[in-house]
Amino acid sequence: MAKTVSEGGGPEQPGRRRVLGFLVGSGVMASFVSFVYPILSFVLPPESGELDADTVAAKANELAANSAKIFRMGNRPGILVRMADGNYKAFSAVCTHLNCTVQYRQREHDVWCACHNGVYNLQGGVVSGPPPKPLEEFAVHARGQDIVVTRESRT
Amino acid sequence: MPATSQQWRFLLMLAVLLVAGSSARAQSRDIGTPPVDTCRTCHAQLDDRLGEPAKQFADDIHGTRGMTCASCHGGDPREEDMEKSMSRARGFRGVPKRSEIPQLCATCHSDGAFMRAYNPSLRTDQLSQYKTSVHGKRLAAGDTKVAVCSDCHGIHKIRAASSPISNVHPQQIPATCGRCHGDAEYMKPYKIPTDQMAGYKTSVHYEKLSGGDLAAPTCVTCHGNHGATPPGISSVERVCGTCHVFQEQLFDQSPHKAAWAPMKMSSCLTCHGNHAIKHTGDFLIGTGKDSICMTCHAADDNGGKVASQISTVLAGLDKSLAEAGAILDSAEQKGMEVGEARVTLSTAHEKLIKARVDLHTMNSARVEETTKAGEKLAQQVNQDGVQALAEYAFRRKGLALSLFAIAFVVICLWLLIRNLERRSAGEEAGRSGGS
Amino acid sequence: MPPFLMLRDWWEERFGTELFSFLWHKQVPRHKHTIWYYLGGMTLFLFMVQVVTGILLLLYYRPSPTEAFESVQFIMTKVKFGWLIRGIHAWAANLLILTAMLHMFSTFFLKAYRQPRELTWVSGCMLFFLFLGFGFSGYLLPWNELAFFATKVGTQMMAAVPVIGNWLLTFFRGGEEVTGATLTRFFGFHVAIFPLLTTMLLGAHLFLVQYFGMSTPISVEQAHKDKPVPTYAFIPNFLLRDIMGWYIALGVLAALAAIFPWELGVKADPFGATPAGIKPEWYFLFMFQALKKIPGHVLFIEGEQFGVLFFGLGAALWMLVPFLDRKQEGPLKRLPAVAGGVIVAFIIVMTIWAWRS
Repeated sequence: MAKTVSEGGGPEQPGRRRVLGFLVGSGVMASFVSFVYPILSFVLPPESGELDADTVAAKANELAANSAKIFRMGNRPGILVRMADGNYKAFSAVCTHLNCTVQYRQREHDVWCACHNGVYNLQGGVVSGPPPKPLEEFAVHARGQDIVVTRESRT
Repeated sequence: MPATSQQWRFLLMLAVLLVAGSSARAQSRDIGTPPVDTCRTCHAQLDDRLGEPAKQFADDIHGTRGMTCASCHGGDPREEDMEKSMSRARGFRGVPKRSEIPQLCATCHSDGAFMRAYNPSLRTDQLSQYKTSVHGKRLAAGDTKVAVCSDCHGIHKIRAASSPISNVHPQQIPATCGRCHGDAEYMKPYKIPTDQMAGYKTSVHYEKLSGGDLAAPTCVTCHGNHGATPPGISSVERVCGTCHVFQEQLFDQSPHKAAWAPMKMSSCLTCHGNHAIKHTGDFLIGTGKDSICMTCHAADDNGGKVASQISTVLAGLDKSLAEAGAILDSAEQKGMEVGEARVTLSTAHEKLIKARVDLHTMNSARVEETTKAGEKLAQQVNQDGVQALAEYAFRRKGLALSLFAIAFVVICLWLLIRNLERRSAGEEAGRSGGS
Repeated sequence: MPPFLMLRDWWEERFGTELFSFLWHKQVPRHKHTIWYYLGGMTLFLFMVQVVTGILLLLYYRPSPTEAFESVQFIMTKVKFGWLIRGIHAWAANLLILTAMLHMFSTFFLKAYRQPRELTWVSGCMLFFLFLGFGFSGYLLPWNELAFFATKVGTQMMAAVPVIGNWLLTFFRGGEEVTGATLTRFFGFHVAIFPLLTTMLLGAHLFLVQYFGMSTPISVEQAHKDKPVPTYAFIPNFLLRDIMGWYIALGVLAALAAIFPWELGVKADPFGATPAGIKPEWYFLFMFQALKKIPGHVLFIEGEQFGVLFFGLGAALWMLVPFLDRKQEGPLKRLPAVAGGVIVAFIIVMTIWAWRS
């Protein structure tokens, strides 16, 4: 026997069904709002609009020639070097020997690890000292006023 | 009548010239054609100790480069007749004496022009270095127990030092040196310690070396290889400082440097040892029971007070880092992402490492400057961790709220269903006749 | 007039009463096994949840090895309620497969596949395999260590298929090894190919369910030989209960996402060592364990091949059950139920065994 939801009341408490129907209806609508709110918040892009895969390491003229800066690349430190000729190089700043953070030496124009005197050149290659592997190099691009560092795809 | 030493030297020179001559013959051979080496072909067929060297020589670096037995032993490697190939007239000299070996090897290895044809970047100063070494000096004085070229490099199975099975590969060096220097019986006449090997094996350097870090120091790193000599007290600091640059520079600024030199106390070794260099730890400094400072200082003298201050700030930063790490672990375990805070924490940890290097100045203000920077970062990490935990708690409250709302809807639905069905059940009953 | 009725009248003025009238008049049999009827709708609901949360995740996810992990990390940490959407998507995937299994086994044991509902059963089985495919392809997308190696191990099994094994392996991996090409391919399966196939099959499946109506179990039919089986209306009685269940499911999902967040792990390193104890997700564990434990050779067939053939044949037989169990009488009457029981026990035992080892 088909019965529709609100067809007639009937002798017993028509009000109660209407009240319940109203409660359910408004409860469902309220729950819909509680679904819609998170979804709407989700689809609006967050302030840090870009993904960390594209890292803005510095602003265009932040670094002088022959100087460098440590920045965050994902969860590890990276080093952005502005060479004497004004061009940029970026590497992982994690020394391949025992994971200390490397630094740029202005006088020698090289990258140096203070922990055990490991020295890298500006191609990331090992010049002397204990490091067994070169520093991973990243790609550097200028985008507007930003210097952007990205990791090249491995596959 | 026994030959005078002068006569022996003359004969030696003659033999050497002949050897050099035969090697020159080997040089003019075309590369790619294996040399005619009747010595090898005959001796390889023997099974006893005369056959072993010939069989081994196939893998020797000299053998693969076109040398023949005659290159060192003299004689004529093209002659099959034993009388002719091993004739003294053709320069055959048999087994060289131990005292002659360095000179013998040097005929080629000290000749720059000659070595250029084989490996232009190989050094050619091994013999001159050797002559400055304790081994070289004692050999010249007549002691044949000391090491000569063949003792370390091998005789007929010599391989390049970069080969992992070479006796002089970095990972094999401790065993090679230890063969004599760790043998108490053998070293008895020299009255020097023989516990270096045993000590070195407990060291952090050996741990790194056997773990695969070929840059870790071995015996030759500090003592030299051909010019092997224990470093003097003044030079040991510079030796350690080749890798531990900052420690050396900072130590030079410390009051210990000036104080220890006249007392003939070695800079690095006094606290860290020479062979048995163990892992360092914060327990080494301060007034605790394992502290090195207390060997000379009392807890209440100037030195003791500085040590105590340094020890305190280091321990403080270590504790802050551990606490910050624990909060991050707790947040992470609850599923919160704390990658960025972890980066800050590792930067803070680097400050602790730097502080431990700074302490070589024995300047507590300097160390505290570094630890304060570390504390600041640790505090930031702490805040991030607390924030992550707060976010987690917020989510649980949000969840509780939404569950409450859902439960409300579900209950209303349930009541509605019951109402509807009581309704229709009642109507049905009514319709099927109120009998 | 209540707005609801006004809307209905508006609709009927244009579309007549026929368009969805089947829903208005649909009756659902009411008996002790009615509760199993809800599982189909629950599976559908959870699938809808996956579609919605999946589309939302698509707004931020990037399917390349250099960005996949980072984009999921971004969703979990930076996007508002990203943790919730991703958490629900991950948990609902598991609940969906669980519910689908319960739905499938309950229809099996209640023999809802009897004539005329054979095609409903077949389309349902295919949907189940599609859901497994969704699970397998989606699992790789965060490109974390566990997923990478689980995919490596899982796709390796394909090489054991006779004749076309290597071709299958290369097809699914997008190459010889699991690489970024695999990720792109799995992404394509997960968001385009499988959804398309599912839409078609689901449409057919739902149509067939409405066309033939709900199946009444044999025991109930026999108990009601001379009277009609009591029913109640789909709308509102059954549907309201359905909605109740769906709300409870939503609550469960939200609680799981908030209290037991789905972890992200570490980014995959294809050149790293395989971590110890790699296991696929729970719904593949029984197959994984069985294939592990098969001896090197069974008769003349290589162990792994035997395993793959065994499961392949098993799946085919399972799909063809309505055509094998045509008469529900005679000496083999109990065979399907017994076989089903054995299968369920096998799955449970193997899953627990894999879990514990």
